[in-house]
Amino acid sequence: MATGRGETRTSTVENTKMSNGQPRNYTNGHKNGHTNGYKNGTNGKTNGKSEKGGRWQDDFEEYFEETPYHIAILTYLGYALMVFIGHVRDFLRYYGIEQDKSCTESNQEGFSPLLVSWESFYTRNMYRHARDCWNRPICSAPGSTFDVMERVSHDHNWNLEMTGKTLKVMNFGSYNYLGFAENKELCGRDVQRVTEKYGVGTCASRQELGYLDIHRELDSLVADFLGTEAAITVPMGFATNSMNMPALVSKGCLILSDELNHASLILGSRLTGALIRVYKHNDMKDLEHKLRDAVCEGQPRTHRPWKKILIVVEGVYSMEGSLARLPEIVSLKKKYKAYLYLDEAHSVGAMGPHGRGVVDHFGLDPHDVDIMMGTFTKSFGACGGYIAGSKRLIRHLRANSHSAIYSCSMSPPVTQQIISTMSCIMGRTNPQEGRRRIQQLKWNTRYFRKGLHERGFIIYGNKDSPVVPLLIYMPSKIALFSRECLKRGLGTVVAGFPATPIIEARARFCLSASHNKEMLDKALDIVEEVGELLQIKYSRQPVPRWTSEALEPSPE
Amino acid sequence: MAIIPATWDMYDLIQGFLQAPAYHLIFEALLMVLIAKLFFSKSYKPEKIRLSEKEKEVLVKEWKPEPLAPDVPDDHPALQAMEKYCVDGAVGKTVNINGKDCINMATLDFLGFIGNKEIEEEAIKALNKYGVGSCGPRGFYGTMDVHLDLEDRLAQFMQTEEAILYSYGFVTIASAIPAYSKRGDILFADEGIGFAAQKGCVASRSTVKWFRHNDMEHLEELLKEQEVEDKKNPKKAKVTRKFFVIEGIYANYGDICPLPAIMELKRKYKVRIFLEESMSFGVLGATGRGVTEHFGVSIDDVEMVVASLENSMASIGGFCCGTKFIIDHQRLSGMGYCFSASQPPMVAVAASKAMELMQNNPVMLVKLRENCERVHKAIKDIEGVEVRGSPLSPVIHLQLSEPAADRDLDMKTLLMVQDKAISQGVAITPARYLDNEEHLLPQPSIRLSVSSQLSEEEIDKSMDIIKAVFRSVLSGNTAGHGGGGDSAEAHS
Ligand SMILES: Cc1ncc(COP(=O)(O)O)c(C=O)c1O
Repeated sequence: MATGRGETRTSTVENTKMSNGQPRNYTNGHKNGHTNGYKNGTNGKTNGKSEKGGRWQDDFEEYFEETPYHIAILTYLGYALMVFIGHVRDFLRYYGIEQDKSCTESNQEGFSPLLVSWESFYTRNMYRHARDCWNRPICSAPGSTFDVMERVSHDHNWNLEMTGKTLKVMNFGSYNYLGFAENKELCGRDVQRVTEKYGVGTCASRQELGYLDIHRELDSLVADFLGTEAAITVPMGFATNSMNMPALVSKGCLILSDELNHASLILGSRLTGALIRVYKHNDMKDLEHKLRDAVCEGQPRTHRPWKKILIVVEGVYSMEGSLARLPEIVSLKKKYKAYLYLDEAHSVGAMGPHGRGVVDHFGLDPHDVDIMMGTFTKSFGACGGYIAGSKRLIRHLRANSHSAIYSCSMSPPVTQQIISTMSCIMGRTNPQEGRRRIQQLKWNTRYFRKGLHERGFIIYGNKDSPVVPLLIYMPSKIALFSRECLKRGLGTVVAGFPATPIIEARARFCLSASHNKEMLDKALDIVEEVGELLQIKYSRQPVPRWTSEALEPSPE
Repeated sequence: MAIIPATWDMYDLIQGFLQAPAYHLIFEALLMVLIAKLFFSKSYKPEKIRLSEKEKEVLVKEWKPEPLAPDVPDDHPALQAMEKYCVDGAVGKTVNINGKDCINMATLDFLGFIGNKEIEEEAIKALNKYGVGSCGPRGFYGTMDVHLDLEDRLAQFMQTEEAILYSYGFVTIASAIPAYSKRGDILFADEGIGFAAQKGCVASRSTVKWFRHNDMEHLEELLKEQEVEDKKNPKKAKVTRKFFVIEGIYANYGDICPLPAIMELKRKYKVRIFLEESMSFGVLGATGRGVTEHFGVSIDDVEMVVASLENSMASIGGFCCGTKFIIDHQRLSGMGYCFSASQPPMVAVAASKAMELMQNNPVMLVKLRENCERVHKAIKDIEGVEVRGSPLSPVIHLQLSEPAADRDLDMKTLLMVQDKAISQGVAITPARYLDNEEHLLPQPSIRLSVSSQLSEEEIDKSMDIIKAVFRSVLSGNTAGHGGGGDSAEAHS
C-alpha cells in the first residue's frame, strides 16, 4: 500500500486544512503535534467523504492538542527544579542537617543494596510530595459517590494518618462505566445465593476439580455475549494477559505491540519469548510499514519466515482515551495474514450500541478479531478477565494455558456477578435496563467532554470514550488539582511521570452510567473553578465541531 | 502513579560519568571516535537487499503463517479433566461430581473453610456494603478499608512490619520477584519451585542458578562458584543482588525446605531470601505461621515471605510480608499490584474472617497435623506406589514406583485411578503440569490433599478405597500393559 493509499489520505488532510482555513493541530496517533505521516481522523466529516472503505470515519473524532510551547518549557523546568532540590536535600540529609525520615534497610552489612538509588530518590523527593493523591482509601461501594477516608500528614507526607472522618464525594475515578459497582436490586440477591451455595473460593485450578458448573455457564455466556464461538474466563484481568499470551506465540514469532499497551500486555508479550516490536500509538502507517518489513525480511539474522505475527492492541486506551483504529487494523491484519489480539478491558460494556466493545462500536464482525480479550473489573463491577475466539483457540487455551492449570479458578460470587450483569446488558433480565445504561453512559460522555472543551481545557481522546484525560502538564499542579477537587467534593485520578510522558501529566475522569446530569454539571463547575484557580485552561484551539451539534436530552 | 522502569539504572550511569576523572573521559571519547570510524568504514558489511514493491507483494502473498492454535482433540486429558468432573455446588469437605457426593481429597482447602457459614455471613455483609468489584487499582480508589484491615491483620499475625495484598495468588510471587531482582542480579532457585515462582524468575530477566531440589551441598557449590566469580570482579559483585527462591512446603513434592541450613548459607554468602509459603501458611507451626515458626527461625531474618490466600484461607488473592522498607517498594513497582484492580472486598473479608477463625481455634492446626500423619501412615504400603511428602505436609504425591518410559502411559494409569476412586466416592486428582513449560517436570502423580475437617473414619474409608483402586488398576496394568485405555473407558 504504502504509497497509494497513504498518499491520498495525507492529501485529504491537507485539503481539510485548506478548506477550513485554519491550521489544525489535532493530530491523530501521537501527541505534541508530531506528525508521524498520518493525520487522518482529525475531522471525521471531511475525511469521511473521500474515504472509500466504509463510513466508520464519519463518526470517528479524536483530539490530541499540541502542548503549548511555553507550557512544555515550564514543565521541564519544573522537573529540573524538583530534581535539583531533591539532590540538595539528599545532600543535607546525608550530612544529617535535614532529618531523613525515609526507611532504610537495617543490619544488612555485606549485602548489595536492595533498591536502585534512582528509585528511592524519586520516591523520596518527588512522589512523596503528592503521595496523598493516590491510594486514597474508601469505605463504601465505588458507586456514583463514595466515602473517602480523610488522611492527614504531620510530617510533610512521610506518613499519612487517618483522621477517622470520611468525605462523601462524587466518584469520577473508578472504572464503574455501567454503574454495576453498586447494585443490590439487580444482582445482589443472586450473588448472595451463590455465596451461600458455593462459598467464596474454590482452592483448586480448573483442571484439578476447581471447575464449577457456574464457570461453565459463564464461559458460554461470554461467548454468546460477544458473538464468538467459545470463551474462557480467568479470575484476574492482568493474569488473563500475562498467563495466556505465552500459550499463543513463542520463539520465532513476532509481536507488534502498540507503544501505549498496558503493563499486563507488555509482561505477557515478554513471557512468550517472541520478538517484540513496538509501533507508534494508533499509527497505521507505522504498523503497516513494520508488518510489511516483517513479512518480507523474516526473522533477524536467519531470515527465516516468521512463524506467526501477532498484533496486540487495546480497545480504549486508559490513559489517552483514544480508540484503536480497528477497521484499519483488521484490514491490515487480513492483508498480511497476521493475528489480532484485542484487549477490551476499558471498552467491553462501555462501547458500542450493545455494549460489546469497540468491535460493536465499529460494527465489525467479531470473527475478524482472532483473540478477543477483556476484563470484568470495569463495566461489570466484578473481577477477572476473559478470552474469546474460535472453538479451536479456546480448546487450546483450556488445555494448555497457564491460567487453566496453575492457578485457582474464579470465585463463585464474582462469577455470579458477571453472569447477572452480563445478562442484564444483553437484555435477558430487565429488558430495558442494560440499554438504558449504555445510552446514559454515551450521553454522559458526550455531555461531559463537550462541557470541558467549551471551558477551554485540553482534553485527549475520542469523543465517545468514557475515559476523559484532562491535561495539566506541570508536576506541581497535579497534586493541587487532585486536592482542590477532593475538597470541593469531586474524586478524580491524577497521573504523572512515569505513568505518562514526562510533560503530559494529567487528570483523568471516568464517566459512569450512574452519574446523572446534575452530577455532571456539578463536576463541571468544580473543574471550572479549580481550573481557574490553577490556570490550566490551556486550549488554544476552537472547540471541536461535534460539540455544536445539539445533544438530545439526557435519557434518564 | 509512579512506576519506575528499570531503565532508570541510567541514573547510576550518569552519576558514574560525572564522577570519573577527566583523563578517563578523554580516553573514552577517543575510543568511541575510533570505534565509530571502524564501524562506518567496514566494507565487508553485506549490502542490504532492496526489494521492489512488486517483489514485496509477492512475498506477502506467499507467506503462510502457522495456525494460531494447534488443534486440540476433544478427548485431550486436560479437557476431559474439566468436562468430565465439573463440580456442582461448593468444593468443600465433600464435592458433588456428576450427581455423586465424594469425600474431597483433591482440592487445597486444608482448614475446611469452604462452606463455613461464619465466613459466608461476613462475605455477604461485605457484599451488601461494598458490592462485588472494587472497580479500580489500589492507587486509584481501589483501596478499601477492608484491604487495609486484612493487610494489618496479616502483618500482625506474621509478626512482620508490613504486608501487601495482591488480588490473585499466582501473580503475587510472579510480581514480587521482578520488583527487586533485575537484569544482572542472581537468583538461586530450587529446582522444585512452583510454576508461579518460575515465571517470576523469567520475568525478572535475572540470571537463574538452579540447585537440585533441597540439596544444600549443591547450593553451596553454586555459591562458592559465585564467590570465585565475585572475587574476579568485586565492583560488579558489590551491586549484584542475590536471592534464594525457595518454598516452605514444595507443592510439587510435598516436602519441607531445610530452612535452618539455608539461613546459615544466607548469612555466610550474603544472599537474601524469598520464601514462598502458599502450602505452609496456615499449616505449619503452632499457630500456622508457616515454615519459619516450624523451625523456630526468626521471620526478621527472612527478607520476604510470600503466600497465596487460595489454599488454607479458601479465598482468592495473595500477600507478601516483611519489613516496611522492603514491602513498601512493591506498592510502586509490583506489576500485578499497581496495574490491576484490587481484590473484591467480599473476598478480602472472607480471607480476614478465615484468619480470625484460625487464630481463635489453633486446634484446627493440630487436627490437620493429625490427619496428615494418619493419611501418611495409611497410604504407605501400596505395592507399586511411592509416597512423596513429609508426614506434616497436607499435600502428598503418590507416584508409580516403576514409571513407564512414556509419560502419557503413566498419566493414563493415574487417570484410571482417579476415575475409579471418584466412582467409589473419593475425589482425587492427578497433579497437572504443562509438560513443555516446567523447568523440571515432576513425575506424574496423584496429589492427595488433606483437610482438618475429615474425621478419622472418613480418612480410613477413603484410604481403603484409594489403596484398593490402586491395587486393582496396577494389577490390571501389569496383566496387559497398554490395555489401560480400554479399562479407562469401561469406567468412565
Ligand atoms: C488494558 C488493560 N488490560 C488489563 C487490565 C487488567 O485488568 P484487571 O484490573 O482486571 O487485572 C487493565 C486494567 O487496568 C487494562 O487497562
